[in-house]
Amino acid sequence: MLATFVQAIDFEEERLFKGNAGTITIRVLSSTDISVFAPTITGFLNTNPELNVEYLVVGSADINTLIRQSPEQYDIVISSAMDLQLKLVNDGYALQVDTIIHPEWAQWRQSLYGFTLEPAGIVINKQHFSNIKAPTSRQEMIEVLRENPDTFKGKIATYDVRQSGLGYLFATQDARDSETYWRLMEIMGSLDAKLYCCSGEMIDDLSTGDMAIAYNVLTSYASARADVADEIQWILPSDFSNVMMRTVLVSKQTEHRKSAIAFVRYLTSLAVGNPTAKEFALPSLRNAATQGSVISLEPGLMIFLDRLKRRTFLNEWESAIIQ
Amino acid sequence: MSSSVNVSGSLRRRMALSLVIGVTVLTVLLFFIIRLYATQIAQQSQDSILRASVTSMLDAAAIRDGEVAMDIPYSSFSMLSTPEDDRIFYVIYQDGDLLSGYDNLALPEVHSDGSVVFRSINFMDAPVRQVSASRVLSGLNTPVLITASVAQTQDNLAVTLRQITRNAAIIVAGFFLLAMLFSVWATSTAIAPLERLTHSIARRGPADLSPVARPVPSEMVPLVSSLNNLMQRLSRSLDQSEDFIAEAAHRVRTPIATVRSHAETTLQRVDKEENRRALRAMIRAIDETSRAAGQLLDHAMITLRASQLSAEEIDLVELMQEMVRSLNPIAEMKDIELRFQFDSRVYINGDPILIQNAVRNLIDNALKYSPAESVITITVRKNPKPSIVVNDHGPGFLHDEKTGLTDRFARGRNSSGTIGSGLGLTIASDVASAHNGSLTMDNNKEGGACVTLSF
Amino acid sequence: MLGTGSYSSPRKPDINLSRRYCIDGTDLQSKPLKFLLIEDNLELATAIKARLELDGHVVDHTGKFREAVSFSQTEDYDLILLDIMLPDGDGRVFLKQHRAGAKNTPVIVLTARSEVSDRVSLLDLGADDYVTKPFDHAELQARCRAVLRRNSGSSQTIIHLGDLEFDPVSGNLIVAGNVFALRNRELRLLELLINSPGKIFSKQKLFDRLFSYDDDVSENAIEVYIARLRKHLEKSSVSITTLRGLGYRLDDE
Repeated sequence: MLATFVQAIDFEEERLFKGNAGTITIRVLSSTDISVFAPTITGFLNTNPELNVEYLVVGSADINTLIRQSPEQYDIVISSAMDLQLKLVNDGYALQVDTIIHPEWAQWRQSLYGFTLEPAGIVINKQHFSNIKAPTSRQEMIEVLRENPDTFKGKIATYDVRQSGLGYLFATQDARDSETYWRLMEIMGSLDAKLYCCSGEMIDDLSTGDMAIAYNVLTSYASARADVADEIQWILPSDFSNVMMRTVLVSKQTEHRKSAIAFVRYLTSLAVGNPTAKEFALPSLRNAATQGSVISLEPGLMIFLDRLKRRTFLNEWESAIIQ
Repeated sequence: MSSSVNVSGSLRRRMALSLVIGVTVLTVLLFFIIRLYATQIAQQSQDSILRASVTSMLDAAAIRDGEVAMDIPYSSFSMLSTPEDDRIFYVIYQDGDLLSGYDNLALPEVHSDGSVVFRSINFMDAPVRQVSASRVLSGLNTPVLITASVAQTQDNLAVTLRQITRNAAIIVAGFFLLAMLFSVWATSTAIAPLERLTHSIARRGPADLSPVARPVPSEMVPLVSSLNNLMQRLSRSLDQSEDFIAEAAHRVRTPIATVRSHAETTLQRVDKEENRRALRAMIRAIDETSRAAGQLLDHAMITLRASQLSAEEIDLVELMQEMVRSLNPIAEMKDIELRFQFDSRVYINGDPILIQNAVRNLIDNALKYSPAESVITITVRKNPKPSIVVNDHGPGFLHDEKTGLTDRFARGRNSSGTIGSGLGLTIASDVASAHNGSLTMDNNKEGGACVTLSF
Repeated sequence: MLGTGSYSSPRKPDINLSRRYCIDGTDLQSKPLKFLLIEDNLELATAIKARLELDGHVVDHTGKFREAVSFSQTEDYDLILLDIMLPDGDGRVFLKQHRAGAKNTPVIVLTARSEVSDRVSLLDLGADDYVTKPFDHAELQARCRAVLRRNSGSSQTIIHLGDLEFDPVSGNLIVAGNVFALRNRELRLLELLINSPGKIFSKQKLFDRLFSYDDDVSENAIEVYIARLRKHLEKSSVSITTLRGLGYRLDDE
């Protein structure tokens, strides 16, 4: 099938990992960069040399679209957008796997498995804060911004929640948790906050100093960037922080059910174990340093995917941040 | 003495069976009722959450800036979270136009009066419980009807039901077990008076025909009173039979005795040979008559006694010693010696009167056929079976007729010239079989009969 | 039978002969046996009484329970013959009272009841023996003999004739110091003869007395017993004479 398949989609990245005796190729649709995931795939292929893994990277919103359009094309779906993933499962796109043992809190319907714990936090450019005390909570951030409007005007970065699934997830969870979010958004909007699609770009701009502060950035990305460690610093807000799980599911229409399950089993066993950085570049489920509330895998996640709810939320968000 | 009874089922079994069937039916019924009830409750609890969910959704609907906005609370869905991670589907319509949700989730007919409609359908290949309700929003110009429907898969309900079913099965099994124990207890309690009655009657001696005195349950009164009645009648009839036989014997024997005594006296007095011959013939006839009458009556009495054999422990040696002593004078008259011997004391259970009579008949026979100055030996043996052997030196039995001699009125071909009714061996044989024994007739090698009564 | 009374019949010419022998020194006339016959059936009682008296015994008869009790208590009897079924009181009651009383007279019960039901209990009640009606007189005789033998072995019944000593109860015959134990028929034969010495007994009469009516033997069997007695009497003064065509006679020299 794959031989005759005409690729029509522009993936951000794609790579075929070949096993030593690879005959079957499983296609993994993912929102996680290849560089981050490569060690895991390599490790998997070492134990399953008869397989190849074709790793395709695309944004989380696009993943949702692609799977709903042609679920038979992909065997594994990995995404950081928990809500979208959960809705895929709810809508019957995921295969129920009885044979994988995983903590109850990190799975849903034995179909969707969380395998990382990644908190969202505040990332600052150290230079800009040489004279200003770095905020440790949202309230402090609001105060800092309010007291230094000249310093931060045009230098605040955050997700464009209309584009980023993960951004939307964090935003909605924030909004659920506290009214502070909206005040923060308003002040950020009044200071001409710049909207980004991805954490990576935000960190890039922070490290160059184009941006002074970024809100709701995956701290895992920030801490993983050893190259910019001197320029930036990440802060977990002390009031609360949302912790996201990257989740994996097996497409219900996979033709390589056994192999796909083997992949998920490998991934989840890494997640609950104590993996080395060589095997697993992401914070595993046993990442004890993580504090904050893990966004739970429950149907409530789907509420923000509702058309009306989303419209209402985005209207509010837009009126707050785009002034 | 034991007789066969036609058996038609068993009360105990019938009762136990009824109870078991009753209990089983009840148990199955109970199981389904518990399950049904539990299912309803489980369904009700799911329904009530679904109702809360759909209500909270509708509550969130509002007209804002001229259009319908719905800020559905997070809890609308999160309240539907279940341990089994049930899937949820929903759809919202505004006056028949899809506002949001799953457009392929069909809506039942929903009245706008605030009533909530529940139904169970299949959606996306899964059985779901669907709840639908609607709400009228007062719009700017026209009222707007918002209809919302939430459906939830029933995985959790199924698990709950499985648990309930299992628990119900355990409860019901326990109930069944207890009920079974109760059935066993109830059956034996109900049957107990019958068994006690049976035991008390079975323990009785054969001659005990007294009425049952022990109190019995009212249901058994007719049976017991009939039984008492029957025993009373039986007792009376047995008494009457015994009295009748005794009376008959008395009535028959006394006149015969009179005739005989007169004949004998007369014989002593007359000298004329032809008169004497006539008298002798008379006496012989009288003897024959009396012997026949006596044995007939004895036989009747023995049959009666044998039918209600009262077994007591008998010392056979003592009994036979007594017997031989009482017969000695008669033997002496014929110059026949009665010799009694035994190797050890022998005790058996039996009716001493019957045994005496049987042996008396055997010795009478031996006396009749023995030549003068011969010896008749009566031996009591313990081994191999307790038995009494009567040996004589008479002509013995003819080989071909041994078996037929115990028939009533049968007489051996050797018996011509002797008085006899032919009932003697019949009586002995009857007595033997009443004691589960046997009567065997044989000839000694040196001649003479050898009759063995063994028990 | 065991008797002592001489056989006498007015029609018989040999009475005198008998008497003559009686007078002759030896005391044959020892006390006759005294019977109490308790029998309610008058016919039967008469017949039994006649038969016993024929043998020279003394018989008192009563058919009433009360009389029987008073007789038995006042008179001395050698034997009581008791009919067990009395109209005014069961013979068993009599037996019980009799056994409780002072007299120790042996009792032979006459019963007409089925032997089966009564036999044991009668003996238990204290009867010495019983005969079932109808009975052979010889049997009654035999039983009386046995009862008397058991109860006393009384020497007063011993008969002396010439140099003979004869105890009809024990059956012992003593001839010149030699004791012969007579067999029953020999005994009965001698008893008949010794009670009427000099009297002629026909063969038939002797036969009727010695053999029961169902014995399948010829009258000549008598000769065997006569011969035996003669052998015992060889050394005695007493002898049995054969009178051809007439019978036998016991003679004392």
